[in-house]
Amino acid sequence: MSPQKRVKNSQAQKRTSQGRDTFQTSLSAWKVKEKPSDSNIWKQNNPVEAHEHVDDEAEDILQIAVGYFEKGPIKTSRSKDKILEKHLKTVENVAWKNGLAPEAIDILLNVALSGKFGTAVNTRILKCMIPTTLVSEESVVKAISWLCVGKCSGNTKVLFYRWLVAMFDFIDQKEQINLLYGFFFASLQDDALCPYVCHLLYLLTKKDNVKPFRVRKLLDLQAKMGMQPHLQALLSLYKFFAPTLISVSLPIRKKIYFKNSKDLWDSAVLAVRLRNHGPFSEPLKLTLSPADLHPLKRKWNSHSVIPRLNSGNYAKGQGKKEMSLSDHLSCNRSLPLEQLQSFPLLLKNIHCLELPSQMGSVLNNSLLLHYINCVRDESLLLRLYHWLSQILQEECIWYKVNDYEHGKEFTNFLDTVIRAECFLQEGFYSCEAFLYKSIPLWDGLCCRSQFLQLVSWIPFSSFSEVKPLLFDHLAQLFFTSTIYFKCSVLQSLKELLQNWLLWLSMDVHMKPTMSSPLETTLGESMNSVSALIHYVGWLSTTAMRLENNSTFLLHFILDFFEKVCDIYINHDLPLVVLLPPGIFYSSLLSLDTSIVNQLCYIMYRYHKNLIAAKKNELVQKARSEFSFSSKTCQQFNHYLTTMVGCLWTSKPFEKGIYIDPKILEKTGVVQFKNSLNIVHHPSLLSYAASFLLQCPEA
Amino acid sequence: MDPYIAPGSTPRQSATSGLKDCFIGTTPLQKRLESVRKQVSVLPTPPRRKIPQCSQLQEDVDPQKVAFLLHKQWTLYSLTPLYKFSYTNLKEYSRLLSAFIAAEKQKGLAVEVGEDFNIKVIFSTLVGIKGTQRDPEAFLVQILSKSQLPSQNREGKVLWTGWFCSVCGDSLLETVSEDFTCLPLFLANGTESNTAIIRTWFQKTFDCYFSPLAINAFNLSWMAAMWTACKMDRYMATTEFFWSVPCSPQSLDISYAIHPEDAKALWDSVHKTPGEVIQEEVDLFMDCLYSHFHRHFKIHLSATRLVRVSTSVASAHTDGKIKILCHKYLIGVLAYLTELAIFQIE
Repeated sequence: MSPQKRVKNSQAQKRTSQGRDTFQTSLSAWKVKEKPSDSNIWKQNNPVEAHEHVDDEAEDILQIAVGYFEKGPIKTSRSKDKILEKHLKTVENVAWKNGLAPEAIDILLNVALSGKFGTAVNTRILKCMIPTTLVSEESVVKAISWLCVGKCSGNTKVLFYRWLVAMFDFIDQKEQINLLYGFFFASLQDDALCPYVCHLLYLLTKKDNVKPFRVRKLLDLQAKMGMQPHLQALLSLYKFFAPTLISVSLPIRKKIYFKNSKDLWDSAVLAVRLRNHGPFSEPLKLTLSPADLHPLKRKWNSHSVIPRLNSGNYAKGQGKKEMSLSDHLSCNRSLPLEQLQSFPLLLKNIHCLELPSQMGSVLNNSLLLHYINCVRDESLLLRLYHWLSQILQEECIWYKVNDYEHGKEFTNFLDTVIRAECFLQEGFYSCEAFLYKSIPLWDGLCCRSQFLQLVSWIPFSSFSEVKPLLFDHLAQLFFTSTIYFKCSVLQSLKELLQNWLLWLSMDVHMKPTMSSPLETTLGESMNSVSALIHYVGWLSTTAMRLENNSTFLLHFILDFFEKVCDIYINHDLPLVVLLPPGIFYSSLLSLDTSIVNQLCYIMYRYHKNLIAAKKNELVQKARSEFSFSSKTCQQFNHYLTTMVGCLWTSKPFEKGIYIDPKILEKTGVVQFKNSLNIVHHPSLLSYAASFLLQCPEA
Repeated sequence: MDPYIAPGSTPRQSATSGLKDCFIGTTPLQKRLESVRKQVSVLPTPPRRKIPQCSQLQEDVDPQKVAFLLHKQWTLYSLTPLYKFSYTNLKEYSRLLSAFIAAEKQKGLAVEVGEDFNIKVIFSTLVGIKGTQRDPEAFLVQILSKSQLPSQNREGKVLWTGWFCSVCGDSLLETVSEDFTCLPLFLANGTESNTAIIRTWFQKTFDCYFSPLAINAFNLSWMAAMWTACKMDRYMATTEFFWSVPCSPQSLDISYAIHPEDAKALWDSVHKTPGEVIQEEVDLFMDCLYSHFHRHFKIHLSATRLVRVSTSVASAHTDGKIKILCHKYLIGVLAYLTELAIFQIE
């Protein structure tokens, strides 16, 4: 102790002399003092530069104050209390305003725990141990060593532990502190300290710290003290690390496991965080999240639909004798899922991630969905498949039997599944199988939007195979339902087409690395897509008749074909399928401007695509097996001639589709030849009218 | 002896191999296609099942254990494949599960694994309860209460029993990798709270999923036909059917008991294909019963719901409860139940 004291004295002298010096930046002030000192107390300098000059003076006063405390109370001084009060105030002010540098904290911690001053003073000092940015591990270790000496009161100890917990995140390193694990653990004996020590241990515990003797000790404590939330928390952490040693099931109701350890420093901690990171999102709450996400009410099985995330070391850890090397490696170094909080962490640990014990829990975790997306582990997918199939089936049956509330839950669940599908940009096979089972029974009403979304995520497969299972049933519902249902079906079929196209165009380009799940040739895939388009064409044509050529419906149909007409260029897939005549003519003769406009655009894109396809065909003969039938071109030309005849050349129905002029005369339209051209087209009539209305002469 | 072969397994299997030739590779896809085919095959039900043959139990079956399975009412569940289940770890599972149960019973209080609780869990295999060589070994889980008095050295009372089995579950085996153990049928006897705890533990530990397995009227009539067709040396119980008429305020139950020999005689009169049962025969059998009943009581049973069938072989309830009476046909009964369980999880 004595050499150190000497050093400190010299420092104090220096400091006083510096105090008299004129303008010194605080940075240099700390540095100057570093030189005479042979200890490394003043090693780190991290002042807030922005405040440098403003706080200069305050800094100096602070140094004097710190120096005062370091020296210890002056025995005979009369004005002792006054001076003490003054310095204490100084420290408090600076601490709450800007925080203290690690060096100052180091000294003051020493002071507070060495018992030089009374308990009241120690308390006040501890309360203002707020770091500017960081607390050095060394100071903490030193402070802990004071606890063994027994110079500080119980209250001070409690306060110190609370401080340690509150500032835990700001301690620069924790290895040495972790070495003191045994010491902390022994402090659990102290009833007053126990809750806070538990909290500290909860933060500190690593897998290696969990030992059978500690487990037994904790269980003894539990036997003595009963069901204490802080013990529960620590025990369940132990269980998490060593499921074969201990078993605990937490009460369903959400509980706070550690009360007010931090509240003394709440605002201060926030300020430090802001200094360290800028605006910071709410720090993670220390609750053991049983059913954090779900309002738990299911009694029959005491688990909510989606299991909560729990890493799967349960099944692995046992039967140690035959654990393989890889198991060993993964067990020791793997990252528990509970600690997986950010994408960088995922990237760093992607090779050694502990997978959840119940694969279903990934649905709620976007990080793990990323993982699933890139790791094509068969058993992983199978686990998800089985679980999801069963849940979908079971929940759906319930939905039919049970009340409205349940229906809502099922809807929410489906939404979660769909969100995951969208995230992965890939459908789950379980959902497809579920659709096969449930679509024949579906009334077209409940969970409509969810069901249709599931339809749009059906993985690519042979259309002819899926048709009898799904699309035939869907067609029945389609024809017998309202126009709105028809529109939403068309919408989801458009999305289905898009998903298939994206998947195929990916697949075509990645062929060498990723084997297509369906070992089919490109030609077969194209046949499947074209069958889907023909199916939608058939649906649309019939629907137009059923709905009296509704413009609203036609919009959705043309939206679909807007996707179709661009397949060749947008997705680089050798496919051009034209829209059916029923749709073409309805659109051409529509009374709605936007429909005619959309049709023109579609025809324009078809033209572009066909030209591109022709060119390509000339260039590379290799792909000749997908040569477009001349029929498609003929059909397109046919459409185009009709269109030009109507809209442009005022010779409707002479070329392209032919209608006997006598029949046209019978319609009673005087100038039937002109009446469909771009000037007189009925759909543009409203524009003509409004133009006339706006004309001043009219 | 001839194993009890699942329905239509021959045509379906050939279809599988055909498809496999086209789509070699990822199992989930096979799985999917499997379910697709399943759906297709639902429409034209071609079932053709073998009549359970006697003494199918293999030699190494422990008669005591079999006796233990008989004459008890079991609640049925279907179970998806268990992930990373190992038969060598049964002891370890006992320890973990008993700690888990103890912890569940006193929520919030941690317990040490391996500590002495007042309950004990035993895992044991049921050797020989299988239909084919490929079926994984069935196993039994029992919860015993330990007697409080130390002087009594005997094992305590059995609080709960459950067993996992697969009889002729080949169709499921084909669709999973070797990380999984396929025991699609789970039977439980004991309080529901215990069943729930055990389900939770298995679901957490082996990432599987239990669903209650209900038996619909269609399958109940199949059971009635198949079990009536079984040759018995001696009938232990009458053949009895229960129908339920849903009407308020109280539903009306109709019980219809027949002397087992009469039932057998009726069956023999409708039965044509030796050794097999086909759908037409089942329909005809039930129709005969219906028309007989109608002649006497002027009630159309076909308009009501069949809820229970009991014969000398076994009795089954639509809620998914079963009691097996005749040890000769244990395997046969289980094979049909396995088939239903597999159908449910696919």
